[in-house]
Amino acid sequence: MADPMKIRANVVGDSTEVKVLMNHEMETGQRKDAQGKIIPGWFIQNVKVTHNDKVVLDAQWGPAVAKNPFLSFKFKGGAKGEKVRITWTDNRNDTRTDEATIA
Amino acid sequence: MKDMHPRKLAAGVVVAVLGVTIGVALAQTSTVDEIAKYREALQDGNPAELWEARGEEMWTKPRGPKQVSFARCDLGMGPGVVKGAYAHLPRYFADARRVMDLETRLVWCMVNEQGMSEADATKTTFGGPGRRSDIEALAAYVSGQSRGVKIDVALDEPHVRDMYQLGEKMFFFRGGTHDFACATCHGDDGKRIRLQDLPNLTTVEGARKAYSTWPAYRVSQGELRTFQWRLNDCFRQQRFPDLVFGSDASIALTAYLAGRANGASFDAPAIKR
Amino acid sequence: MDKKRREVLKAGGGMTLLMLLAAAGWLRPGDVRAADWNKAAFDTKTMDETMKALGGGTPVPSNDIAFFSTPDIAENGAVVPIGITSKVPKTESIAILVEKNPNMLAATFDIPAGTEPSLSTRIKMGQTSNVYALVKADGKYYVASKEIKVTLGGCGG
Repeated sequence: MADPMKIRANVVGDSTEVKVLMNHEMETGQRKDAQGKIIPGWFIQNVKVTHNDKVVLDAQWGPAVAKNPFLSFKFKGGAKGEKVRITWTDNRNDTRTDEATIA
Repeated sequence: MKDMHPRKLAAGVVVAVLGVTIGVALAQTSTVDEIAKYREALQDGNPAELWEARGEEMWTKPRGPKQVSFARCDLGMGPGVVKGAYAHLPRYFADARRVMDLETRLVWCMVNEQGMSEADATKTTFGGPGRRSDIEALAAYVSGQSRGVKIDVALDEPHVRDMYQLGEKMFFFRGGTHDFACATCHGDDGKRIRLQDLPNLTTVEGARKAYSTWPAYRVSQGELRTFQWRLNDCFRQQRFPDLVFGSDASIALTAYLAGRANGASFDAPAIKR
Repeated sequence: MDKKRREVLKAGGGMTLLMLLAAAGWLRPGDVRAADWNKAAFDTKTMDETMKALGGGTPVPSNDIAFFSTPDIAENGAVVPIGITSKVPKTESIAILVEKNPNMLAATFDIPAGTEPSLSTRIKMGQTSNVYALVKADGKYYVASKEIKVTLGGCGG
């Protein structure tokens, strides 16, 4: 199973700033191993961020997103103690959901 | 008259070379500035945190044949105490009768407290794609608990002092097929390999800046790397024989560099190109 | 125009069918996810192809799109920080494209109302290239670009 994300959600003015690091190889499918065989692509394709069941960011990624991805953005509203939930799904159908409390 | 020509030629060459050098230097300054911006942009969101989180979880979980956590592992500040421990390593451990750095001590705890074999404990000292290193995760967690703590290696302790002095000798010892020493690359100011500035580890500032920023997330490898890895890779680049993980040679060099960095505020795990 | 309209209709129709199938329980979750991921767009190699796959026309250059915390030189192409802010009113999505990568599209971000049209992430670049910030706003596409040089790293520490 995939490792947890590291999520930070902080109130900044009247917005919530979300910063997340994800554990993922983000293998491009273009590289070769020592034997010259192509290493199959393995990467996160979808990332969904929700706050109070409302989607605040919905992303589609290709293999050109860097290994152990980082993402930062802000949405209006959000109060201390409320939750931000992030789900990613990769091209092998592996998925991971983590939550953070807004601080 | 005849011997004037080469001299004139030489003077011309000197002028030309000077011109080129200044031009290159200017170009390099802007490049260096831009690379500094690149490094700055990476500071926000260091994937090393993912290793720290994994290491923290590992620290409290029962492991090995004896199903014992690291709660009894003494890093020098008492059983299970992590806060500030890295800033005082390497240090002498009476129970092992050896000076140890963090990685060596972690292996010692895995073997002597958790009941693992030495081979199992050191199976993956450095991780790679598909093979994660527990030691790297644990080192990330433990070292992160010394962030902001002043590096304070006990150089007045006789065993540590011996290791420091041995490390100093090794640092200047030339060998291998290229007749290289650590000091060949790290003994003068302003040395570079391509765009990478090489720290002068013989100065206090150089040693402090370098030692206080390892372990580090290596962007080029997508891995968290320990100081043992740093030394190991320097040995490879020097074309020295493999540096054995946890060997006295590796600990002596660590003691020397950590000791030179004494007084610096520890600031790792860092992120580096 | 007609052709484009047909394509949009076709794509729209396909989506509806997939959603119906999913609702009826005829598709496994993976198939539904596949529909959420625009494979055609991520396979493209030129801006024209990407725009076609996204269902848009030629994007209009815009000074209302800016890069922030994005260096001119990346010490390592494996991790290139990219920050994009759009001041184009009604920004609906932001995409990152790299001209000289094997596939042009790196990522797309749908920005719902209430989310600031500003984000930062990190991408891979195979070589020095133009990077495009593509913004969809009120149904139209806008673009800004920036060249990022990629150097090769040696040993560092």
